[in-house]
Amino acid sequence: MLSQYLPVLIVLAFALVVAGAILFLSHVVSPRIKDAVKQQVYESGINPQMDARLRYPIRFYVVAMMFVLFDIEVIFMYPWAVVYNQFLSQGAFIFWEMVVFLGILFAGYLYLWKRGAFQWE
Amino acid sequence: MSLELLTILINALKVVVVISLVLVTVMILTLMERKISGWIQNRYGPNRVGWGGILQPVADGVKFFTKEDVIPGHVDRFLYFMAPAIALVPALMTFAIVPFGDQMNFFLFGHEITLQFQLVDLNVGILYFVSIASLGVYGLIVGGFGSNNKYSMLGGLRSSAQMISYEIPMGLAIIAVVMLSGSLRLNDVVMEQAGLWNVVRQPLGFIIFVVAAFAETNRLPFDLPEAEQELVGGYHTEYSSMKFSSFMIAEYSNLITSSALITTLYFGGWQVPGLELLSLPIWLEQVLQILAFLVKTAFFIFLYMWVRWTFPRFRYDQLMNLGWKSMLPLALLNIVLTGAWIAYF
Repeated sequence: MLSQYLPVLIVLAFALVVAGAILFLSHVVSPRIKDAVKQQVYESGINPQMDARLRYPIRFYVVAMMFVLFDIEVIFMYPWAVVYNQFLSQGAFIFWEMVVFLGILFAGYLYLWKRGAFQWE
Repeated sequence: MSLELLTILINALKVVVVISLVLVTVMILTLMERKISGWIQNRYGPNRVGWGGILQPVADGVKFFTKEDVIPGHVDRFLYFMAPAIALVPALMTFAIVPFGDQMNFFLFGHEITLQFQLVDLNVGILYFVSIASLGVYGLIVGGFGSNNKYSMLGGLRSSAQMISYEIPMGLAIIAVVMLSGSLRLNDVVMEQAGLWNVVRQPLGFIIFVVAAFAETNRLPFDLPEAEQELVGGYHTEYSSMKFSSFMIAEYSNLITSSALITTLYFGGWQVPGLELLSLPIWLEQVLQILAFLVKTAFFIFLYMWVRWTFPRFRYDQLMNLGWKSMLPLALLNIVLTGAWIAYF
């Protein structure tokens, strides 16, 4: 059963070799001349002011949280989608239960919308 | 030679050949992109190196390797070194599940061997793509954070928010396809489209998937992470030489894989309608099927380049609004409509 994943490991190994070879070769082949100006942060020619890792808008955290919420629903629906056709022979219950689930999900979605979670100024 | 060893060797050979072909295609695409840009903008494009510019990618490659690899003093060296590799590895790995031909049987060293024209025939197929493709975002955010540059930081943040936002409509669009095929294996999805391609049965899902795929690959009109006019280069501002090139190779590999997936999920993969009516010899049929897959994929790669010069870039709030306020409800509606259609018609 797990043997079907063996080619995945081979792909991973080959991709790692390619990525490693590219980075290693460029590290070895390319010239390197140190220079005070090259060492500076690129900021369109203006002298850099502060560190780049400053505080950033909370919107990004909100998006990340919404992503986790909705992605779990998406993963939850995959098994349902796979067996959908088989279970339809026993009646349309499988369809309506997902409609109910999506209705509850959609209510939460509308709540998020009203609270301004999707609002980008 | 035992059957297990032979299978492993064939798999390894397939991986090396196909991934190398993907890398060669990336080289060709860099030229194709510039030639098509030139054609659309009514200019020549690269035409000096080789015959009509055909050796331009080779010249670019040599130049990338021999250019100075500037490592600025302020970067987080470990993250800065790792980011191009983190972006490149998932980009190369996602192509593994794309089926590009029907399977064939042949005899080798006295064993009957079934050769799949697909690197890995996983039963979780499309789920593998969704999970590995979302790892690509780490490359961009690690690159942006490790560079310790304001442009890179903003580019990395933007790209991560953009990619996770569009992953949800994409996943939901795929669910409707899975409902029709009843399987996550991409071979089953292709076989199931023998009669009618999914683009006819899933027009809304197709549009959602294409738009999400454009956003996932960071191509125009969704190339906010590297918007030249405001962020210089975005997450790769501080990268040079082959490290910069690694990000580009990753981007083009993603472009190839998503074009191949649009073909597989919505345009019948390697299926050619009406081919079995001609009763051709089996080998010719397979060659034609692989060619059909390549032509369809090439068309969607062309579509990416065409769209690049047709639509202006979105503003960031428009991008997020489109993702969360339009695509997400439409994708949910698509699932309900598909379910009702299967159940009652």
